[in-house]
Amino acid sequence: MNVEVLDKVLYAKTNRKIIILATELKNGTQVILNDDNKSNKTLSNLKNKANDLIKDHKSGVIEIDNSRWFINISLPPLRLMIVGAVHIAQPLAEIAAKSDFEITIIDPRSTFATNERFPNINIVKDWPAEALKSLKIDSRTAVVTLTHDPKLDDSALQVALNSQAFYIGSLGSQKTHSARIKRLERAGFKNNKIKNIKGPIGIKIGAKSPSEIAISIMAEIISTYRNPKELQL
Amino acid sequence: MSHNFDEIISAASEWIKSNKKVALATVVSTWGSSPRPVGSQMAINQDLEIIGSVSGGCIEGEVIIEAQNVMNTGTPKLLKFGVSNKEAWDIGLACGGKVEVFIEHIGDGK
Repeated sequence: MNVEVLDKVLYAKTNRKIIILATELKNGTQVILNDDNKSNKTLSNLKNKANDLIKDHKSGVIEIDNSRWFINISLPPLRLMIVGAVHIAQPLAEIAAKSDFEITIIDPRSTFATNERFPNINIVKDWPAEALKSLKIDSRTAVVTLTHDPKLDDSALQVALNSQAFYIGSLGSQKTHSARIKRLERAGFKNNKIKNIKGPIGIKIGAKSPSEIAISIMAEIISTYRNPKELQL
Repeated sequence: MSHNFDEIISAASEWIKSNKKVALATVVSTWGSSPRPVGSQMAINQDLEIIGSVSGGCIEGEVIIEAQNVMNTGTPKLLKFGVSNKEAWDIGLACGGKVEVFIEHIGDGK
């Protein structure tokens, strides 16, 4: 790996970009498959052959003309933005961290958002909309709102709806959710967009306690990212 | 995962900046219950500082020895291992597996 490739890999990693690196396994020749300013026969051959791996987000070896290439698909770490440092946020942050998510808790109310309640977790004590904007929600980010307070939840949802978030979920009963949908419609959001919000949040397992609800939310998040849309090159 | 890819590549980059020889080992294929998934990486420098891992420990020794050759010659190497049932058991797996590890030099020139 020469320094140019190393720098490109590092840049992608640091800036939460996808990078797909093909390496010939005899001589070590390397080609970045999603480097848009280049185009040649080897590159298009590799892209064609690697297509299935890329669709599945799965690194692996392909063969072209008796040479073997390792296709290393490196995706940014998954992130979970939790709006509301409420009780459910505690088990949810724990379970999500164990599932290799990077967690951020957002809550302007400093009584709730404390390191005692959320040890070792990144806490942002700011208004959700501002916080989410500066955290730059991308396609490897999930957003969950838990406050029950329209002032906090709605503004977060509006930012999330205009982002690439792969999952948006909002806590509240069917009734609460219907009212929320109406408010978002009044704010100018189209129904086909609003229906991307999972509400009532979580898969149906009859969850009652905060931990159970956290598990049902996490299960819904996992099922969403494990069934991804096609990866764009 | 104790170290993600990011930390491994960052460490390699820092080592290169301080003019150290560096090799990168990557799990490129696995068969059966291999201890670390495809894409797992380990970077090693000339002072034998190591970050990341390519197995639960059973093949690291050999990978480190080969990595030293690779960082000195600049020639990459593909290593194939069969993890025996005995070794697999020792590292907490119920059955053996196979793993291919690609070792490459990082940096320009040798």
